[in-house]
Amino acid sequence: MTLLNNPAIALIGAVADAIVQNKEFLTSLDAAIGDADHGINLSRGAEAVRAKAAASPNADIGALLKATGMTLISTVGGASGPLYGTAFLRAAAPAQGKTALDGETVKLMLAAAIQGIKDRGKATRGEKTMLDALEPAFEAFVQGLEAQKPLVECLEEATEAARQGVEFTKTIIATKGRASYLGERSKGHQDPGATSSTIMLAAITDFCRKAP
Amino acid sequence: MVGIVIVSHSAKVAEGICDLARQMAKADQKILPAGGMADGSIGTDAFKVSEAIQAAWSDDGVLVLVDLGSALLSTDMAMEFLDEAIRERVRVADAPILEGAIGAVVEASVGSSLEQVLSTAEGAREMRKII
Repeated sequence: MTLLNNPAIALIGAVADAIVQNKEFLTSLDAAIGDADHGINLSRGAEAVRAKAAASPNADIGALLKATGMTLISTVGGASGPLYGTAFLRAAAPAQGKTALDGETVKLMLAAAIQGIKDRGKATRGEKTMLDALEPAFEAFVQGLEAQKPLVECLEEATEAARQGVEFTKTIIATKGRASYLGERSKGHQDPGATSSTIMLAAITDFCRKAP
Repeated sequence: MVGIVIVSHSAKVAEGICDLARQMAKADQKILPAGGMADGSIGTDAFKVSEAIQAAWSDDGVLVLVDLGSALLSTDMAMEFLDEAIRERVRVADAPILEGAIGAVVEASVGSSLEQVLSTAEGAREMRKII
Protein backbone atom coordinates (compact mmCIF):
# COMPACT_ATOMS: atom_id res chain seq x y z
CA MET A 1 0.00 0.00 0.00
CA THR A 2 1.31 3.43 -0.88
CA LEU A 3 0.29 6.38 1.19
CA LEU A 4 1.67 9.49 -0.40
CA ASN A 5 1.14 12.83 1.27
CA ASN A 6 -2.28 13.54 -0.11
CA PRO A 7 -3.71 10.10 0.66
CA ALA A 8 -2.38 10.37 4.22
CA ILE A 9 -4.23 13.66 4.63
CA ALA A 10 -7.33 12.10 3.06
CA LEU A 11 -7.04 9.21 5.52
CA ILE A 12 -6.90 11.62 8.44
CA GLY A 13 -9.99 13.30 6.96
CA ALA A 14 -11.79 9.96 6.73
CA VAL A 15 -11.03 9.17 10.38
CA ALA A 16 -12.19 12.66 11.39
CA ASP A 17 -15.43 12.13 9.41
CA ALA A 18 -16.07 8.85 11.21
CA ILE A 19 -15.61 10.50 14.60
CA VAL A 20 -17.85 13.44 13.72
CA GLN A 21 -20.54 11.09 12.33
CA ASN A 22 -20.49 9.16 15.60
CA LYS A 23 -20.43 12.23 17.83
CA GLU A 24 -23.93 11.71 19.26
CA PHE A 25 -23.45 7.95 19.61
CA LEU A 26 -20.17 8.30 21.52
CA THR A 27 -21.60 11.00 23.72
CA SER A 28 -24.65 8.86 24.52
CA LEU A 29 -22.37 5.97 25.53
CA ASP A 30 -20.42 8.35 27.76
CA ALA A 31 -23.68 9.74 29.22
CA ALA A 32 -24.42 6.25 30.57
CA ILE A 33 -21.16 5.75 32.47
CA GLY A 34 -19.14 8.95 32.24
CA ASP A 35 -19.53 12.68 31.85
CA ALA A 36 -21.29 12.71 28.48
CA ASP A 37 -18.63 14.52 26.51
CA HIS A 38 -16.59 11.87 24.69
CA GLY A 39 -18.19 12.44 21.27
CA ILE A 40 -18.23 16.22 21.67
CA ASN A 41 -14.60 16.30 22.80
CA LEU A 42 -13.31 13.96 20.12
CA SER A 43 -15.25 15.72 17.36
CA ARG A 44 -13.74 19.03 18.38
CA GLY A 45 -10.30 17.40 18.24
CA ALA A 46 -11.04 15.71 14.91
CA GLU A 47 -12.07 18.99 13.27
CA ALA A 48 -8.92 20.69 14.55
CA VAL A 49 -6.77 17.79 13.31
CA ARG A 50 -8.43 17.89 9.87
CA ALA A 51 -7.64 21.61 9.54
CA LYS A 52 -4.07 21.11 10.74
CA ALA A 53 -3.44 18.24 8.29
CA ALA A 54 -4.93 20.16 5.36
CA ALA A 55 -2.55 23.02 6.12
CA SER A 56 0.50 20.71 5.91
CA PRO A 57 0.29 19.24 2.39
CA ASN A 58 3.98 18.37 2.24
CA ALA A 59 4.33 16.70 5.62
CA ASP A 60 5.45 13.06 5.77
CA ILE A 61 3.33 10.53 7.65
CA GLY A 62 5.40 10.83 10.83
CA ALA A 63 5.07 14.62 10.84
CA LEU A 64 1.32 14.39 10.20
CA LEU A 65 0.88 11.96 13.09
CA LYS A 66 2.93 14.18 15.37
CA ALA A 67 0.83 17.22 14.45
CA THR A 68 -2.29 15.09 15.03
CA GLY A 69 -1.12 14.10 18.52
CA MET A 70 -0.21 17.65 19.53
CA THR A 71 -3.52 18.99 18.22
CA LEU A 72 -5.53 16.38 20.12
CA ILE A 73 -3.69 17.21 23.34
CA SER A 74 -4.62 20.88 23.08
CA THR A 75 -8.19 20.57 21.77
CA VAL A 76 -9.92 17.47 23.15
CA GLY A 77 -10.07 18.36 26.85
CA GLY A 78 -11.14 15.03 28.36
CA ALA A 79 -8.92 12.09 29.24
CA SER A 80 -9.02 11.00 25.61
CA GLY A 81 -6.95 14.10 24.67
CA PRO A 82 -3.74 13.10 26.44
CA LEU A 83 -4.43 9.40 25.78
CA TYR A 84 -5.00 9.59 22.02
CA GLY A 85 -2.49 12.46 21.85
CA THR A 86 0.19 10.24 23.34
CA ALA A 87 -0.86 7.35 21.07
CA PHE A 88 -0.43 9.44 17.90
CA LEU A 89 2.83 11.00 19.10
CA ARG A 90 4.27 7.55 19.79
CA ALA A 91 2.97 6.15 16.48
CA ALA A 92 4.70 9.03 14.71
CA ALA A 93 8.18 7.75 15.60
CA PRO A 94 8.21 4.58 13.42
CA ALA A 95 6.56 6.59 10.60
CA GLN A 96 9.10 9.39 10.69
CA GLY A 97 10.18 10.47 7.21
CA LYS A 98 7.93 7.91 5.53
CA THR A 99 5.51 8.60 2.70
CA ALA A 100 4.32 5.00 2.41
CA LEU A 101 3.61 2.30 4.98
CA ASP A 102 4.14 -1.45 5.02
CA GLY A 103 2.73 -4.03 7.43
CA GLU A 104 5.84 -4.12 9.63
CA THR A 105 5.79 -0.34 10.08
CA VAL A 106 2.06 -0.33 10.86
CA LYS A 107 2.72 -3.05 13.45
CA LEU A 108 5.41 -0.92 15.09
CA MET A 109 3.10 2.11 15.01
CA LEU A 110 0.23 0.21 16.64
CA ALA A 111 2.52 -1.27 19.28
CA ALA A 112 3.98 2.16 20.10
CA ALA A 113 0.51 3.77 20.24
CA ILE A 114 -0.84 1.10 22.59
CA GLN A 115 2.21 1.33 24.85
CA GLY A 116 1.71 5.11 24.92
CA ILE A 117 -1.89 4.71 26.09
CA LYS A 118 -0.78 2.22 28.75
CA ASP A 119 1.98 4.53 29.99
CA ARG A 120 -0.21 7.62 30.05
CA GLY A 121 -3.30 6.00 31.55
CA LYS A 122 -1.41 3.55 33.78
CA ALA A 123 -4.02 1.08 32.57
CA THR A 124 -4.04 -2.56 31.56
CA ARG A 125 -6.45 -4.70 29.60
CA GLY A 126 -9.65 -5.66 31.41
CA GLU A 127 -10.32 -2.29 33.05
CA LYS A 128 -12.99 -1.24 30.54
CA THR A 129 -10.88 1.18 28.50
CA MET A 130 -9.74 1.67 24.91
CA LEU A 131 -7.11 -0.99 25.56
CA ASP A 132 -9.83 -3.66 25.59
CA ALA A 133 -10.39 -2.93 21.90
CA LEU A 134 -6.85 -2.01 20.87
CA GLU A 135 -4.88 -4.90 22.35
CA PRO A 136 -7.02 -7.66 20.76
CA ALA A 137 -6.90 -5.63 17.53
CA PHE A 138 -3.12 -5.55 17.66
CA GLU A 139 -2.91 -9.29 18.30
CA ALA A 140 -5.20 -10.03 15.36
CA PHE A 141 -3.17 -7.69 13.16
CA VAL A 142 0.10 -9.43 14.07
CA GLN A 143 -1.46 -12.86 13.46
CA GLY A 144 -2.56 -11.71 10.02
CA LEU A 145 0.91 -10.38 9.27
CA GLU A 146 2.54 -13.61 10.39
CA ALA A 147 0.18 -15.55 8.12
CA GLN A 148 1.40 -13.21 5.34
CA LYS A 149 -2.05 -11.89 4.62
CA PRO A 150 -2.44 -8.62 2.69
CA LEU A 151 -2.38 -5.47 4.85
CA VAL A 152 -6.05 -4.68 4.24
CA GLU A 153 -7.02 -8.16 5.43
CA CYS A 154 -4.86 -7.76 8.54
CA LEU A 155 -6.63 -4.47 9.26
CA GLU A 156 -10.05 -6.08 8.72
CA GLU A 157 -9.23 -8.81 11.21
CA ALA A 158 -7.91 -6.22 13.65
CA THR A 159 -11.14 -4.22 13.37
CA GLU A 160 -13.23 -7.35 13.95
CA ALA A 161 -11.18 -8.16 17.06
CA ALA A 162 -11.66 -4.58 18.28
CA ARG A 163 -15.45 -4.94 17.80
CA GLN A 164 -15.39 -8.09 19.91
CA GLY A 165 -13.32 -6.18 22.47
CA VAL A 166 -16.04 -3.52 22.64
CA GLU A 167 -18.62 -6.26 23.28
CA PHE A 168 -16.38 -7.60 26.05
CA THR A 169 -16.37 -4.17 27.75
CA LYS A 170 -20.13 -4.58 28.31
CA THR A 171 -19.42 -7.50 30.64
CA ILE A 172 -16.89 -5.87 32.97
CA ILE A 173 -16.73 -3.20 35.65
CA ALA A 174 -14.78 0.00 35.01
CA THR A 175 -11.80 0.51 37.29
CA LYS A 176 -10.24 3.45 35.41
CA GLY A 177 -11.58 6.87 34.59
CA ARG A 178 -14.81 8.61 35.47
CA ALA A 179 -16.82 5.39 34.94
CA SER A 180 -14.99 3.81 37.89
CA TYR A 181 -17.02 6.07 40.22
CA LEU A 182 -20.05 4.00 39.17
CA GLY A 183 -18.57 0.63 40.18
CA GLU A 184 -21.07 -2.20 39.49
CA ARG A 185 -23.38 0.21 37.68
CA SER A 186 -20.83 0.49 34.86
CA LYS A 187 -21.59 -3.14 33.91
CA GLY A 188 -23.83 -3.69 30.89
CA HIS A 189 -22.54 -0.59 29.11
CA GLN A 190 -19.96 -0.60 26.37
CA ASP A 191 -16.91 1.57 26.94
CA PRO A 192 -16.90 4.85 24.97
CA GLY A 193 -13.10 4.83 24.59
CA ALA A 194 -13.00 1.26 23.29
CA THR A 195 -15.80 2.26 20.92
CA SER A 196 -14.06 5.37 19.58
CA SER A 197 -10.84 3.36 19.07
CA THR A 198 -12.80 0.82 17.05
CA ILE A 199 -14.51 3.52 15.00
CA MET A 200 -11.09 4.96 14.09
CA LEU A 201 -9.67 1.56 13.24
CA ALA A 202 -12.73 0.74 11.11
CA ALA A 203 -12.38 4.07 9.26
CA ILE A 204 -8.70 3.38 8.53
CA THR A 205 -9.56 -0.13 7.32
CA ASP A 206 -12.40 1.12 5.15
CA PHE A 207 -10.17 3.81 3.63
CA CYS A 208 -7.41 1.30 2.82
CA ARG A 209 -9.91 -1.18 1.36
CA LYS A 210 -11.16 1.46 -1.07
CA ALA A 211 -7.70 2.90 -1.82
CA PRO A 212 -6.45 2.23 -5.34
CA MET B 1 9.04 30.06 47.63
CA VAL B 2 7.41 26.95 46.15
CA GLY B 3 4.96 27.86 43.38
CA ILE B 4 1.46 26.36 43.28
CA VAL B 5 -0.52 25.41 40.15
CA ILE B 6 -4.21 24.45 40.26
CA VAL B 7 -5.39 22.21 37.40
CA SER B 8 -9.14 21.84 37.02
CA HIS B 9 -11.54 20.98 34.21
CA SER B 10 -13.25 24.26 34.95
CA ALA B 11 -11.50 27.62 34.55
CA LYS B 12 -13.84 29.02 37.21
CA VAL B 13 -12.93 26.28 39.70
CA ALA B 14 -9.19 26.77 39.10
CA GLU B 15 -9.45 30.55 39.44
CA GLY B 16 -11.77 30.31 42.44
CA ILE B 17 -9.40 28.01 44.31
CA CYS B 18 -6.50 30.35 43.52
CA ASP B 19 -8.54 33.33 44.80
CA LEU B 20 -9.31 31.49 48.01
CA ALA B 21 -5.75 30.25 48.49
CA ARG B 22 -4.26 33.70 47.85
CA GLN B 23 -6.03 34.98 50.96
CA MET B 24 -3.58 32.86 52.93
CA ALA B 25 -0.58 33.77 50.77
CA LYS B 26 2.32 36.18 50.91
CA ALA B 27 1.99 39.06 48.45
CA ASP B 28 4.70 37.80 46.12
CA GLN B 29 3.62 34.16 46.18
CA LYS B 30 2.98 32.48 42.83
CA ILE B 31 -0.36 30.66 42.72
CA LEU B 32 -1.55 30.02 39.18
CA PRO B 33 -4.69 28.50 37.69
CA ALA B 34 -4.67 26.16 34.69
CA GLY B 35 -8.36 25.51 34.18
CA GLY B 36 -10.52 24.63 31.20
CA MET B 37 -9.69 24.70 27.53
CA ALA B 38 -8.38 27.55 25.39
CA ASP B 39 -11.89 28.11 23.97
CA GLY B 40 -13.40 28.32 27.46
CA SER B 41 -15.00 24.89 27.45
CA ILE B 42 -14.72 22.29 30.22
CA GLY B 43 -11.60 20.16 30.01
CA THR B 44 -7.89 20.19 30.70
CA ASP B 45 -5.15 21.29 28.32
CA ALA B 46 -1.60 20.02 28.78
CA PHE B 47 -0.14 23.12 27.11
CA LYS B 48 -2.01 25.39 29.50
CA VAL B 49 -0.69 23.34 32.43
CA SER B 50 2.91 23.49 31.23
CA GLU B 51 2.64 27.28 30.76
CA ALA B 52 1.30 27.68 34.30
CA ILE B 53 4.10 25.54 35.73
CA GLN B 54 6.68 27.68 33.95
CA ALA B 55 5.01 30.87 35.17
CA ALA B 56 4.97 29.56 38.76
CA TRP B 57 8.56 28.35 38.51
CA SER B 58 11.44 29.26 40.79
CA ASP B 59 14.38 27.17 41.95
CA ASP B 60 12.27 26.10 44.94
CA GLY B 61 10.03 24.13 42.58
CA VAL B 62 6.32 23.88 41.88
CA LEU B 63 3.51 21.83 43.42
CA VAL B 64 0.58 20.95 41.16
CA LEU B 65 -2.88 20.10 42.48
CA VAL B 66 -5.37 18.40 40.14
CA ASP B 67 -9.09 17.63 40.16
CA LEU B 68 -10.50 14.63 38.27
CA GLY B 69 -9.09 12.01 35.87
CA SER B 70 -7.75 13.79 32.84
CA ALA B 71 -6.38 16.66 34.93
CA LEU B 72 -3.70 14.22 36.03
CA LEU B 73 -3.18 12.86 32.51
CA SER B 74 -2.80 16.39 31.14
CA THR B 75 -0.38 17.26 33.95
CA ASP B 76 1.72 14.15 33.20
CA MET B 77 1.72 15.19 29.55
CA ALA B 78 2.65 18.78 30.46
CA MET B 79 5.70 17.46 32.35
CA GLU B 80 7.01 16.05 29.07
CA PHE B 81 6.99 19.54 27.54
CA LEU B 82 9.16 20.96 30.34
CA ASP B 83 12.95 21.11 30.48
CA GLU B 84 14.38 18.34 32.59
CA ALA B 85 15.78 20.81 35.14
CA ILE B 86 12.26 22.14 35.75
CA ARG B 87 10.55 18.75 35.62
CA GLU B 88 12.76 17.40 38.40
CA ARG B 89 11.44 20.06 40.75
CA VAL B 90 7.72 19.65 40.03
CA ARG B 91 5.50 17.42 42.18
CA VAL B 92 1.85 16.46 41.75
CA ALA B 93 -0.06 16.18 45.01
CA ASP B 94 -2.35 13.22 45.68
CA ALA B 95 -4.67 15.50 47.62
CA PRO B 96 -8.15 17.05 47.63
CA ILE B 97 -7.72 20.02 45.35
CA LEU B 98 -9.18 22.81 47.51
CA GLU B 99 -8.09 21.74 50.99
CA GLY B 100 -4.73 20.61 49.61
CA ALA B 101 -4.21 23.96 47.90
CA ILE B 102 -4.86 25.94 51.09
CA GLY B 103 -2.48 23.73 53.06
CA ALA B 104 0.16 23.95 50.36
CA VAL B 105 -0.03 27.73 50.13
CA VAL B 106 0.31 28.19 53.88
CA GLU B 107 3.24 25.77 54.01
CA ALA B 108 4.95 27.39 51.01
CA SER B 109 4.41 30.90 52.41
CA VAL B 110 6.77 30.17 55.32
CA GLY B 111 9.50 29.11 52.91
CA SER B 112 9.23 25.34 53.35
CA SER B 113 10.82 22.89 50.94
CA LEU B 114 8.96 21.35 47.99
CA GLU B 115 8.76 17.97 49.74
CA GLN B 116 7.34 19.61 52.88
CA VAL B 117 4.75 21.53 50.85
CA LEU B 118 3.80 18.29 49.07
CA SER B 119 3.47 16.45 52.37
CA THR B 120 1.25 19.16 53.89
CA ALA B 121 -0.99 19.19 50.79
CA GLU B 122 -1.36 15.41 50.94
CA GLY B 123 -2.03 15.63 54.68
CA ALA B 124 -5.28 17.40 53.77
CA ARG B 125 -6.62 13.95 52.87
CA GLU B 126 -6.90 13.22 56.59
CA MET B 127 -8.55 16.52 57.49
CA ARG B 128 -11.83 15.98 59.34
CA LYS B 129 -14.70 18.39 58.77
CA ILE B 130 -17.09 16.97 61.34
CA ILE B 131 -15.74 15.59 64.55
